[in-house]
Amino acid sequence: MQNNDITVIEAKRGLFTFNLKELWKYRDLTLLFVKRDLKNTYKQTVLGPLWIAINPLLSTSVFTIIFGVIAGISTEGIPQFLFYMSGNILWTFFSNCLNKGAGTFLSNARVFGKVYFPRMSVPVSGIIFHLISFMIQWALFVILMLIYLFTGAPVRPNLYIALTPVLVLQSGLLGMGIGLIISSITTKYRDLNILVSFGVSLLMYITPVVYPISQVPESFRWAMLINPVAPIVEGYRYAFLGCGSFHWIPWFISLGVTALIVFFGVVVFNKVERTFIDTV
Amino acid sequence: MIEENVVIKTEHLSKEYKLGVINTGTLRRDIQSHLARLRGKEDPNSKIGSNSYEKGEVFLALDDFNVEIKRGERVGIIGANGAGKSTFLKLLSHITAPSKGKIQYRGRIASMLEVGTGFHGELTGRENVYLNGAILGMSKSEVDAKIDQIIEFSECEQFIDTPVKRYSSGMFVKLAFSVAAHLDAEIMIMDEVLAVGDMKFQKKCLKKMRDLAVEEDRTILYVSHNMDTIQELCSRCLVLDHGKKVFDGAVEEAIKQYLGGEKDDFISHDYTADKDDRFKENVRHHAVNLTRCAFNGITSNLFTDDEKVPIALSWENLEDVENLGVRIEIDDYRRYPVTSFVVRNMYSGKKGESVSQRFLLDVSKLSNGVYYTRYIFFRKAKGSRVDEDVEIAKGLVIRRYNHAVEHEAWLKTWGSYMSDGVELID
Repeated sequence: MQNNDITVIEAKRGLFTFNLKELWKYRDLTLLFVKRDLKNTYKQTVLGPLWIAINPLLSTSVFTIIFGVIAGISTEGIPQFLFYMSGNILWTFFSNCLNKGAGTFLSNARVFGKVYFPRMSVPVSGIIFHLISFMIQWALFVILMLIYLFTGAPVRPNLYIALTPVLVLQSGLLGMGIGLIISSITTKYRDLNILVSFGVSLLMYITPVVYPISQVPESFRWAMLINPVAPIVEGYRYAFLGCGSFHWIPWFISLGVTALIVFFGVVVFNKVERTFIDTV
Repeated sequence: MIEENVVIKTEHLSKEYKLGVINTGTLRRDIQSHLARLRGKEDPNSKIGSNSYEKGEVFLALDDFNVEIKRGERVGIIGANGAGKSTFLKLLSHITAPSKGKIQYRGRIASMLEVGTGFHGELTGRENVYLNGAILGMSKSEVDAKIDQIIEFSECEQFIDTPVKRYSSGMFVKLAFSVAAHLDAEIMIMDEVLAVGDMKFQKKCLKKMRDLAVEEDRTILYVSHNMDTIQELCSRCLVLDHGKKVFDGAVEEAIKQYLGGEKDDFISHDYTADKDDRFKENVRHHAVNLTRCAFNGITSNLFTDDEKVPIALSWENLEDVENLGVRIEIDDYRRYPVTSFVVRNMYSGKKGESVSQRFLLDVSKLSNGVYYTRYIFFRKAKGSRVDEDVEIAKGLVIRRYNHAVEHEAWLKTWGSYMSDGVELID
């Protein structure tokens, strides 16, 4: 079982040599990272993984009270709780992926400085970890939706539901892509680290998470839809609740932007990965 | 490409680090500095009064380093701090990229630059074995196949399903090392990982490593400041100094080169001629000044069989001294103490006097090899019960050779003292 493959390490490496094969070879590691995170997040808690379900219920309740009851934002006749929950869980998934990606280098600097494994396995495991949480929350959301549907609420799930996997994957990748770019820059400029949490919460307010896009004045609507997250959230909500409409052109643009950001993120990450330990 | 039996080859390998602060750390200041440079003005962020490093000045942690390592070799790497040892291992294990040159290697590399990297306190010992194994490049099925061996080697069976945050530090290290020792990599890299754990476990680890190399043809690279473990494990040794390879060859020679750095065939030494005082060590109160040491009346430092060692020391009193004593210490080639000759209340005298004293040392019990001597002058400190050292100096080198043990070579591991006091009792 002598392995005779020759590996060459050189000073320069091509910009686009992303080693997908290696990442696949380390798939067990990626899954173990997921397991570690799951275990670590709910260690020594009484309710354990139940928190995955409780969290969105609590925050959605807060949204309902503040934006629905107090501010009185219209939800186009959709039950308020359901409306806020749909946006909330997808947004949480997106922002979690972004944060996980953004922290890749800084929070793992110690381990990265001592042992080599494909660095990309860390953000990828982040996506999987948050995807698991999302799916649990999504199941909860579907159950709630069905309950509302059978009690005769004006909820209109439609065939666009078939696009759900694409929308979810896209929001995860978009989050990670932005995260990777941020992570690569923070190895040199820590400023961005502070900006991230601020930027993410700001981004939520210019994304139709707590309001339907129909509530935005006509003249601003195009500006909303430039934001690549907006068509995802709006499209997702349309598929399940039937409120608003599906904006095809903004969504295609958003898909293109996502691809671009992920590509750019991977290239930058790949470049920084080699020597970041010298500057971090 | 590289030859069949060569597993690691480096060509003109260099790693440079920029001196000074890499950047100011914030984007605003970086832009500020950059703009100032563009306009030919002084950098507003350079420290006032500091003779700042020239732009582009770099520190070469590794400088044109070439080496070829063959399959099954156990290579020790020694050198002072900052010589480039760890940098080399880091380049080899992909942690950072070289600035120039290239490395080629065959097969897989398992690097243990630290024991227990990625261990997570909340996970149990067993789970950590899987996680750590995966981090080091093992697949789940590979760990499955070896988990029993790993647990047995670690001596932690009893606690294997307890979170490692409750482990003692010794258990933690044992478990972590066990994982690393069971990797299937063709090349194993270790950076002082054996410096932890108890002696018994250290021995066990060294034995395991050597067995891997000898029986399974693994190649081992080992960095340590502990010459003992280097000697025990390695078959070849590199000495690095300021990023360059200064020696490559037999372990004993390498250790001598690294520790010694001085001639070992001289028979006298004049301390006054030695401007930079390399032979003297600092003492709190310098009461006498050793000026010369010599083997009097002989022309070689080779002492055979029962031959005694005649040493003459000359010194001058820097102040009035009373009841001065001298201790002649003998260290082995690793600079580990072997024995001492102590003379108390040897001399009292006035300030300014120059004195000479001759000693005759019986070294017949020393085994074959090279020994270093040190001279420590001491006296009773006033109002204190402990001796106060007033002069410490390194000195002559003794080479020992016993004809009696010629046919049965005295092994290094048998120690430096030849004992003959054994009787067989019925």
